Amino acid sequence: MRASTLDAILAARAAKAALAVVTRISDGAQCTFDGSNVDGPMSLSPTQIEEVSGRMRDDRSGTFDDGTLFAQIYNPPLRLIIVGAVHIAQALAPMAAITGFDVTVVDPRGTFATEERFPGITLSDDWPDEALEALAPDGRTAVVTLTHDPKLDDPALQVALRSSAFYIASLGGQRTHSGRLERLRDAGFDAAALARINGPAGLRIGAVSPAEIAVSILAQLTAIRHGKSAARAAA
Amino acid sequence: MTKTFDALARDDVLRTLATWHGEGRKAAIATVVSTWGSSPRPVGSQLGIDGDGNLVGSVSGGCIEGAVAKEALEAMQDGQSRLLEFGVSNEQAWEVGLACGGTVQVFVERLEG
Repeated sequence: MRASTLDAILAARAAKAALAVVTRISDGAQCTFDGSNVDGPMSLSPTQIEEVSGRMRDDRSGTFDDGTLFAQIYNPPLRLIIVGAVHIAQALAPMAAITGFDVTVVDPRGTFATEERFPGITLSDDWPDEALEALAPDGRTAVVTLTHDPKLDDPALQVALRSSAFYIASLGGQRTHSGRLERLRDAGFDAAALARINGPAGLRIGAVSPAEIAVSILAQLTAIRHGKSAARAAA
Repeated sequence: MTKTFDALARDDVLRTLATWHGEGRKAAIATVVSTWGSSPRPVGSQLGIDGDGNLVGSVSGGCIEGAVAKEALEAMQDGQSRLLEFGVSNEQAWEVGLACGGTVQVFVERLEG
């Protein structure tokens, strides 16, 4: 690999842009593809570009053309938006960061979302619906609300439910959750939409402490990310 | 908590490779390009190796990193990329095979100036 290719990968990562590096296994020749342009000493046919584009969409590195070419996909990290800079968030945010998520913690209550409580984590003190509208959750984004406060959780959930977020979860016991579903139903969300909310959040592993609850949420998030729908049934 | 993020930075294969390169150290990259059966690390997993045999990242659960590093040091010398295969079907399975019984192909390439 040329140092310039390594630099291109790191630059794309810093810009949160997707980049594919295609390698010819026989001699190590390489090119990069950013979704529109091929760059480097090797060229790609339209069919090969199609193949690599599909792999970028599916986040799927691998060999193709009978194992002669290898595409390494560098997609921007999955995002996790946590609403509520509460004690559980202090455990969940760094755990999710280690797992590879780009984490943002949203809490308009200034005393909660502080750099001291969340070193190195992106913080927003905007109102949750405004913060989520700005962050624009997509199919590579997870949204978890942790405040227990309908004034903060509900607006965030409404934005999340109108998005294609791949994981939506809300903390709170069965009764809190029923009340939440009722309010969202009144706000016009149908059963299919409400079924997208994992509530109470997390897998049922007997979690008690904030860190344990964070583990249960991260475990459920991981299961759903990898398409293990049984995670819902087991919860 | 800060320690957590230091640990993350130490685990960053590409950034570490860039740092090594910037310091004028020789370096190579090993990438899992295909797997069959059970394998500890998925396609796309990477291991960085410097001229002194320092490692960052992984291409297995620790079963084959030593053998990959040896090939990487050779690639740094001769400049040739190579495709390695490890698994039970391999002659050297008892030495550097995968305990889990899977097979992996690892592409090793030198980082060029």
